[in-house]
Amino acid sequence: MSTLTEAPPPLAPDATGPKPPKRRGRLTPYWLLLPGILWLLLFFALPMIYQASTSVQTGSLETGYKVTWHFATYWDALSAYWPQFVRSVLYAGTATILCLLLGYPLAYLIAFRAGRWRNLIMILVIAPFFTSFLIRTLAWKTILADGGPVVGALDTLHVLDVTNWLGWTAGDRVLATPLAVVCGLTYNFLPFMILPLYTSLERIDGRLHEAAGDLYARPWTTFRKVTFPLSMPGVVSGTLLTFIPAAGDYVNADLLGSTDTRMVGNVIQTQFLRVLDYPTAAALSFILMAAILLMVTLYIRRSGTEDLV
Amino acid sequence: MPFVNWLKRNLVVIAGLLTLAYLLLPNIVVTVFSFNKPKGRFNYEWQQFSLDAWKDPCGVSDLCGSLSVSLQIAFWATLGATLLGTLIAFALVRYRFRARGAVNSLIFLPMAMPEVVMAASLLTLFLNMGAQLGFWTILIAHIMFCLSFVVTAVKARVMSMDPKLEEAARDLYAGPFQTFLRVTLPIAAPGIAAGALLAFALSFDDFIITNFNAGSTVTFPMFVWGSAQRGTPVQINVIGTAMFVVAVLFVLVSMAVGNRRNRHKA
Repeated sequence: MSTLTEAPPPLAPDATGPKPPKRRGRLTPYWLLLPGILWLLLFFALPMIYQASTSVQTGSLETGYKVTWHFATYWDALSAYWPQFVRSVLYAGTATILCLLLGYPLAYLIAFRAGRWRNLIMILVIAPFFTSFLIRTLAWKTILADGGPVVGALDTLHVLDVTNWLGWTAGDRVLATPLAVVCGLTYNFLPFMILPLYTSLERIDGRLHEAAGDLYARPWTTFRKVTFPLSMPGVVSGTLLTFIPAAGDYVNADLLGSTDTRMVGNVIQTQFLRVLDYPTAAALSFILMAAILLMVTLYIRRSGTEDLV
Repeated sequence: MPFVNWLKRNLVVIAGLLTLAYLLLPNIVVTVFSFNKPKGRFNYEWQQFSLDAWKDPCGVSDLCGSLSVSLQIAFWATLGATLLGTLIAFALVRYRFRARGAVNSLIFLPMAMPEVVMAASLLTLFLNMGAQLGFWTILIAHIMFCLSFVVTAVKARVMSMDPKLEEAARDLYAGPFQTFLRVTLPIAAPGIAAGALLAFALSFDDFIITNFNAGSTVTFPMFVWGSAQRGTPVQINVIGTAMFVVAVLFVLVSMAVGNRRNRHKA
């Protein structure tokens, strides 16, 4: 906070940055930042601190909550709700992989093969954003309805037997099973995968493909050795943009799932808004945040792209 | 074999189009079911063609009220987030200063945080402050999470801007204010517009953060959520369809305008 109002140190000579204006120039960036950063500190950072404090409080709604450094809440929450945590990671992970598999061809199509259809396809990818995502998620109830065409087709093709055996569906239902929830998650976060993939594919110089072809690389080899490695930044940011919100989502699990498909988000929502057990809810959301930050850090380290922002 | 070869060559196209179909399927269902006449409270099964809902989109109590609440919040949230975000973006691109790294992380974190975590933490803040949940708390939350997206969109545009253009303006004796208004702002405008559009869409469609901080105020997504439990009126599909059509038309028109302008220049 104090750094915002302090006079900044003498500027280091910087070859790339434009020279600041002569007078009042040194304080200008801080004045520009002040309102927005203040907003984020007040309504993003400060709430996190409040939540941290709530998670170590004990008490009740009637008598009021007090900070008692009761860290056992974390342990209790984790031991009571670890299945929901595991489920969140599994569902979000599966949805992310599916998004990558489904999204890559479409991003590739838009970037290299669409020709004059490019803009139209782009619009069709973005436009669903403008229909409320809740309405679209509810539409999956119709699509996957019991005895509907999708369930019928899966049944005829004996896919349901396989998914039943895997525990993804139950009997001749798809709704209220893990398959429906993962389908909804995949659908909802697919555009978040396609757009970064498209951005990084579009930057690839087409001549590289020609060069690979000239060197007798077959299409698949070209893809494996040239296209895919060059699209890695898109893959990394796409998977993050899909996985993080999917892991915290509770809408799909609520609308398309059952009590057996509840994810962490559902638990946090219930604890906060219905049970009103604030310490447990706060502890749960902190564990979720920590787990995601940890996974994301490890993932970014491994994939070796640091410049995401 | 020619068919197999054709299939091989166009595998990417076929797979891509299938994904596109997967993306659009719910929209098609929403549109088709806006012409349905459901028997019970829920509009999940096809019964009979009817134009009733289209003739009377506000026929369900609270629906258009919630729509207007959502539009108002989205409008003010867009205005607030775009203003604050544009200022931050300019500061980040145009100036070297201490705490730049910290500012960058503070901008990035809200985008990398699951919404439910932000929603819950905001609620603890508001509860601790004894704030009255409603319009204002929703607006505060929306400006907060839209801000980062605006910054990213505007930053991208300002970064690709040639600083020489502004130098030229100064050389031509334009004052700082005039330079900003006549040169900087028009060049940055597409980025600002993209950021604003994104903010509007995000705010209008947000459910998770609103759900936690709305109190008894009902936005459109909250109305849809409630209807999933109580019974879904066909009017929801009508509004969903209308939004989709308006969005596509809007993009088509803005692209046509952009194309004409480009051709004009060339």
